Amino acid sequence: MNNEESTKKVKALLKAAIAPMKDTELQRDLWPQMLRKLDEQPSPLNNIPWFDWALAAILGASLFFFPGTIPALLYHL
Amino acid sequence: MELLGRFAAGDLDAFETLFREHQKQVYAWVVRIVRDSGVAEDLTVETFWRIYKSRSRFDPAGNFHAWARRIATNAALDHLRASRRETELPEDLAGPSAADPAVRRETRERIKQAFFQLPAKYQLVASLALIEEEPYRDIAKAMGISEALVKIRVFRAVRILRKKLSSLVEEVATK
Repeated sequence: MNNEESTKKVKALLKAAIAPMKDTELQRDLWPQMLRKLDEQPSPLNNIPWFDWALAAILGASLFFFPGTIPALLYHL
Repeated sequence: MELLGRFAAGDLDAFETLFREHQKQVYAWVVRIVRDSGVAEDLTVETFWRIYKSRSRFDPAGNFHAWARRIATNAALDHLRASRRETELPEDLAGPSAADPAVRRETRERIKQAFFQLPAKYQLVASLALIEEEPYRDIAKAMGISEALVKIRVFRAVRILRKKLSSLVEEVATK
């Protein structure tokens, strides 16, 4: 059996078991659902991973306790 | 500023207009892939959520419809991958079938089972190319792959189905 033939046969079997979707018409407006999804999304600040917050806290603390590091940090930026 | 430009700049009203203009087309495409109206509705919303999140990457001179279809196809593919372990048939297929009544129930079930066990990327192309008879060119565009790769995937899907349904394929061949 060549490829084209076997594709045709498998296609015939598939179509006999699974009909093409006839009803592809959207039954309702999905905008209210979309608005709910937009409202449910957390603020961008909540999306920042905890280790980024930890890193920022460590940096802040070290600058507070060792202000002498500020010029060194600025020099390397 | 034009609608697409306003959308790319983050204007919610422009997004709503685009949503209302394109939701039907996105749904009609996705439902052909996942074959379940409830899932297709959720995926339509998920598609537009992804569109909204990546609005800043959209080129207002580009084709919104093609972009939306590609994102919808990826969302549907993600869904098929995630639902691999579920063996239940989608609700639209579980009831009395609109397909050929001459094909016996057990035979239909066997074919459906083989189809829904296909790897996600093969199930997607098999659904669109073999059942829905969408042109390869449109499938390739929606998946962001070449037409040749679509043909290869269809060929592989057919090969897997042929192995699983070898006795049935022989029956069809002898008729």
